[in-house]
Amino acid sequence: MAETIPLAMLQENCEAIVVEINGGMGLTRRLAEMGFTNGTRVKVLHSSPPGPILVMVRGSRIALGRGLAMKIFVNPVEGS
Amino acid sequence: MEKIRVALIGNPNVGKSQIFNNLTGGKAHVGNWPGKTVEKKEGTCVHKGAEMHITDLPGTYSLTAHSIDELIARNYIVEEKPDIVIDIVDASNLERNLYLTLQLLELEANIVIALNKWDVAKDLGYEINVEELSKLLGVPVVPTIATKNIGMEELKNAVIGAAKAKEKRRELIISYGKPFDDIILKIASIVQKDKELSGKYPVRWLAIKLLEADEEVLKLIDRSLCKEEVMRQLSEAKKILEEDMETALAEKRYTIIGEVILPKVLIGAKPLTLTDMLDKAFLSKHLGIAIFLALWWALFRFTFDVSRPFSDLIGMLFSKLGEIASTCISNPQLASFIADGIFGGLGAVLTFLPPIFFLFLGLALLEDSGYLARAAFVMDRIMYKLGLHGRSFIPMLIGFGCNVPAVMATRTIDKEEDRILTTLVNPLMSCSARLPIYVLISSALLGSYAAAGVYSMYVLGIVLAILMALLFRRTIPYFKGKPSPLILELPLYAIPTVKSTLIHMWERGRLFLRKAGTIIFLGIIAVWFLSNYPWEAVHQGDKVMLENSYLAILGKFIEPVLHPLSFNWMAAAALLFGFIAKEIVVGTFATFFGLREEAGRELSEALRSAGVFTPVTGLAFMAFSLIYTPCIATVGVIYKETGSWKWTIFTVSYELILAYVVALMIVTFGRLIGFA
Repeated sequence: MAETIPLAMLQENCEAIVVEINGGMGLTRRLAEMGFTNGTRVKVLHSSPPGPILVMVRGSRIALGRGLAMKIFVNPVEGS
Repeated sequence: MEKIRVALIGNPNVGKSQIFNNLTGGKAHVGNWPGKTVEKKEGTCVHKGAEMHITDLPGTYSLTAHSIDELIARNYIVEEKPDIVIDIVDASNLERNLYLTLQLLELEANIVIALNKWDVAKDLGYEINVEELSKLLGVPVVPTIATKNIGMEELKNAVIGAAKAKEKRRELIISYGKPFDDIILKIASIVQKDKELSGKYPVRWLAIKLLEADEEVLKLIDRSLCKEEVMRQLSEAKKILEEDMETALAEKRYTIIGEVILPKVLIGAKPLTLTDMLDKAFLSKHLGIAIFLALWWALFRFTFDVSRPFSDLIGMLFSKLGEIASTCISNPQLASFIADGIFGGLGAVLTFLPPIFFLFLGLALLEDSGYLARAAFVMDRIMYKLGLHGRSFIPMLIGFGCNVPAVMATRTIDKEEDRILTTLVNPLMSCSARLPIYVLISSALLGSYAAAGVYSMYVLGIVLAILMALLFRRTIPYFKGKPSPLILELPLYAIPTVKSTLIHMWERGRLFLRKAGTIIFLGIIAVWFLSNYPWEAVHQGDKVMLENSYLAILGKFIEPVLHPLSFNWMAAAALLFGFIAKEIVVGTFATFFGLREEAGRELSEALRSAGVFTPVTGLAFMAFSLIYTPCIATVGVIYKETGSWKWTIFTVSYELILAYVVALMIVTFGRLIGFA
């Protein structure tokens, strides 16, 4: 089982499963509506620290501020 | 004629406004939602003997009580009960789009789904089983391609059909599985007893929203007789369930979409699309910023260069009209009123139109192509540090051209606090109208440092805008906290259609003409009056004695206030004029010295020899002109966009104070280091 890391640390083109969102009620809800829910598979399309990160989630491309992406915890999918 | 009330709803970027334009023929009544600054568009469509009255609801991902847009959309559906809700679903992104659809079904709205971007979905290799989707959701589903006006007849037919079949529509119960379903059922049966509530709202929806601790629905229950029973049930439910039900149910909805609906209706893989390839360049750290700056520069030049001949033409036309009027009318007062007041005023309003039309044309192109969201992505980090939002950058840059369209461009920022903050500091971006002032003063007084003087004003504006944004963020409770973090969908790139781009441009331009235009026009009439009366004192024979006018009296009246800055009454009167439009400051000096505005060199000479300014007070005057109150057009548009006199007055006052402080600092510092 892979280590749990913040989404912001995931490399470009890597995939992962969302395990926890630690952003306070408002943000967690907003992210959930956009499709970031526990168990969701996400893929990092673009990441250039310290700028925002672009993630493919449920068929759409969502840009997230880096600070926000630090609050989403994921398990990287091996071999992706 | 049969009347059908139709509401349009959908996620952002699904092509909602294109469908609205297709249905209504582009004829929209644009206003605001009552008490809100959110835009409301309405239009009509006649089809097969039925008159559809169409209301465009704000684009939204969800129907919670957390944002104004979502509340407006959901309150409209719940309270106004439109006959039909057209839910526009992006066929190339079913999974996320169906989330809103599920919420609409919970609201028991009478839905017709427009499965838009059908062509894009095909290109991406998706195959969607429309009949199966319609059967599963229990609502009509019509594939459409709004950009090519395809599927609109079928959509209208479906709306009329669904309106007729209202009673026969089967109600779809979305199952959340155990233990949620049981709890929802229990709460629903309690709420059912309150006849007033259950008569007005779908009880199952109320129950779900109560479980989600929705503020608005909790307020409804607060007034109900069944409050205690509901609260008891809710606290019992909390014991078995996780804390945040809203997130838990959001998860459930996505599970339903992903595991129940999609496997039956969607086949297709996702190849590397053109969008991903373009993003590699547009979003990259260095190249992305370079591309952004290049595109902005192009937009800026496009707006102000392409529009300039049109503006000049309008200006010329109105001054010609003015000349004709003054030669044809024998009464000098009436002639002056018609020529300088009416035609001068109309000319001033209309010369603003070309840059606004071209700017919105350019912005619409950037937005419809999908680029504008990328610009926010690229600029997010820098702007966030400055206490602004990634999307604040474009309005700030446009401000170098003209603050009027710049303030209008803040509309692309979705959170109201961020939008208002960007609006407040925007006038500090030195617009092109202020350039003639800098050029006049610095060439008259700064000698070989003239160019540096002009340049320093632009830098000063930027620095002050940043400082003010940080200051307001820290000190005004309304802006407290960080800018909302970036959560932004980047749509697929697309080629904008001519029709929707032009409609977009026309709507914005017309709005400016109607709202801000009247304010500028009245302002100019007021200046005409102040500078021409008392008539006999001002017009002595062929000479115009501006120093006898009410405006000069006002200038002399406020001179003592500006005395610490060493500005005389001429400078004071010029600044008063400048409130109408900053370029008038130059014209006012010209009038005082009996010169024409075009006589640049002579005017510089006159200004120097008359000793109105020293190099230091000249610099202070330039800074003052940069900062003090936005021109009346900008004030008008700030009021229009914030919908609040409070923020409008705040902007004017803080800028006046700031201008005074900065000018005083320049003068004092100048004296300290030995300049007179």
